[in-house]
Amino acid sequence: MEYFIQQFINGVTLGAIFGLIAIGYTMVYGILGMVNFAHGDIFMIGGFISIITFMILGVLGVTWLPFSLLCMLLIAMAFTGLHGWAVERIGYRALRNSNRLAPLISAIGVSIFLQNYVQLLQGARNKPLSPIIFGGIELMTSSTGFTVTFAYMQMVIIGVATVLMAGFSVLIARTALGRQQRACEQDMKMARLLGVDVDRTIALTFIMGAALAAVAGLIWLLRYGIIDFYVGFLVGIKAFTAAVIGGIGSLPGAMLGGLLIGLIEVFWSAYFSVEYKDVAAFAILVLVLIFRPTGLLGKPDIEKV
Amino acid sequence: MNAAGMSAVPLLRVEHLTMRFGGLVAVDDVSFDAADRQITAIIGPNGAGKTTVFNCLTGFYKPTVGRLMLSPAVGSEFLLERMEGYRIGQRARVARTFQNIRLFPRMSVLENLLVAQHNKLMRASGFTLLGLFGAPVYRKAEGKAVELARYWLDRIGLTARADEDAGNMPYGDQRRLEIARAMCTEPHLLCLDEPAAGLNPRESAELNDLLKFIRDEHRIGVLLIEHDMSVVMKISDHVVVLDYGRKISDGTPERVRNDPAVIRAYLGEEENEALPPEVEADLRQGA
Repeated sequence: MEYFIQQFINGVTLGAIFGLIAIGYTMVYGILGMVNFAHGDIFMIGGFISIITFMILGVLGVTWLPFSLLCMLLIAMAFTGLHGWAVERIGYRALRNSNRLAPLISAIGVSIFLQNYVQLLQGARNKPLSPIIFGGIELMTSSTGFTVTFAYMQMVIIGVATVLMAGFSVLIARTALGRQQRACEQDMKMARLLGVDVDRTIALTFIMGAALAAVAGLIWLLRYGIIDFYVGFLVGIKAFTAAVIGGIGSLPGAMLGGLLIGLIEVFWSAYFSVEYKDVAAFAILVLVLIFRPTGLLGKPDIEKV
Repeated sequence: MNAAGMSAVPLLRVEHLTMRFGGLVAVDDVSFDAADRQITAIIGPNGAGKTTVFNCLTGFYKPTVGRLMLSPAVGSEFLLERMEGYRIGQRARVARTFQNIRLFPRMSVLENLLVAQHNKLMRASGFTLLGLFGAPVYRKAEGKAVELARYWLDRIGLTARADEDAGNMPYGDQRRLEIARAMCTEPHLLCLDEPAAGLNPRESAELNDLLKFIRDEHRIGVLLIEHDMSVVMKISDHVVVLDYGRKISDGTPERVRNDPAVIRAYLGEEENEALPPEVEADLRQGA
């Protein structure tokens, strides 16, 4: 039982990372109908910017942890958002009205470009970061001596992810920008006729998705203490899986899907085998696609008239 | 020229509008004016190029040749053919509805009307940051936007269903909601593409009242494409007739109705043949 609770906490932590990335996939898909394959690499760039920021803060002598964490968060969000904007502007905008496959291929190209760009600038070696948040609360100890620990790091991760996801949901549901995004998603031409600057709305969507992925990158770095230029590929694919499981295009679906993938992966590793955790995650994808092709919270496609 | 053309600068002046698609000439050298506070109807048989004119006006197409000048006030004018799509709605304030209704079906009725006012709201919300934290400036702007939306909801009788998805409304309500949404952009020129299509006689009468209300109370220009002659004859102040992309007649409803060129276009070439009585009646319905 104690072991189960510990794994549950770990699973939610991992799920928060996937959820944050999945939001980016699902928003872009919702508004443009394309899969932004470069999004995993945007996440990786977020991690790199975080570690660079941390190093710079160290050199500057900033040692108060909450402040440096906040700086890492904001700087990573800002610069990764800039990357997200640039990707849309350079990689996708010109292809928006062409064949559906063209932006997809362009996305794969952007993904390869981003990996090589980071490899060139930062080197191919892993970048390690020694743990910076220590300790935790010991929740309970079993008779066999196994202790359930809720690490402070995990609290920070789950807290930040929850706050961001909630804020983001409010933004989409309540603000003028969110309404504009939903309008573009449903009928882009009509939105343009009503005076909505569609290009700007799409650019903002990419920036927001990238900023959330940057937070995921920062969290990843804090949790695993290591990052390399290739990490975005597998994590990105899993987050995409999460978005599809939750129902691509659905915001709560992306968060739920992320949580599920995180839990499945952690429980599978804990009770069966670590080697096959990816297989487990993707097997669930297959099952969901067979029995519920629109995903758990996705709505069936409504025929447009 | 009719009375509309007498004012110094008309609200909309279309000059030598030509739209070619490859070898096909959809609109061929069409010129007409549409005045402020008047309903101008564009009529013509299927394929006459009416919707193409609308598409040029609202930035869907770039005209091959021609000038589309909108002069909402003295000293301010917009050359629509040179403007980017969304700016026509945002700056020149030309609003439009469609033959097949294009609401945002999975947004509520109220939200449909708020999207149309997003330019004000975006500015007030400091491009979202203030809005996210519920700053008073944004709340106030949002309150005003809701008020305007309410005004139109009362007008079209949908206040009670404001929170339902727009896609679930009955057809006639959707038509009027689309017009209300266009009006929420506070347009100078309202372009309606067959607003009476598919409406029953009662709904059609309600629509006529709504259009007259918009013309008389809001004092904007209305441009109307319509097939239903009873609507055209009843409410329009000025009629432009297109056939095969050319303008064949232009003037008051009475003048156009008796124009031999118009009768020919609608009924064929047999000039000596008298009009069948039911067609005659149909044409006179609005008189």
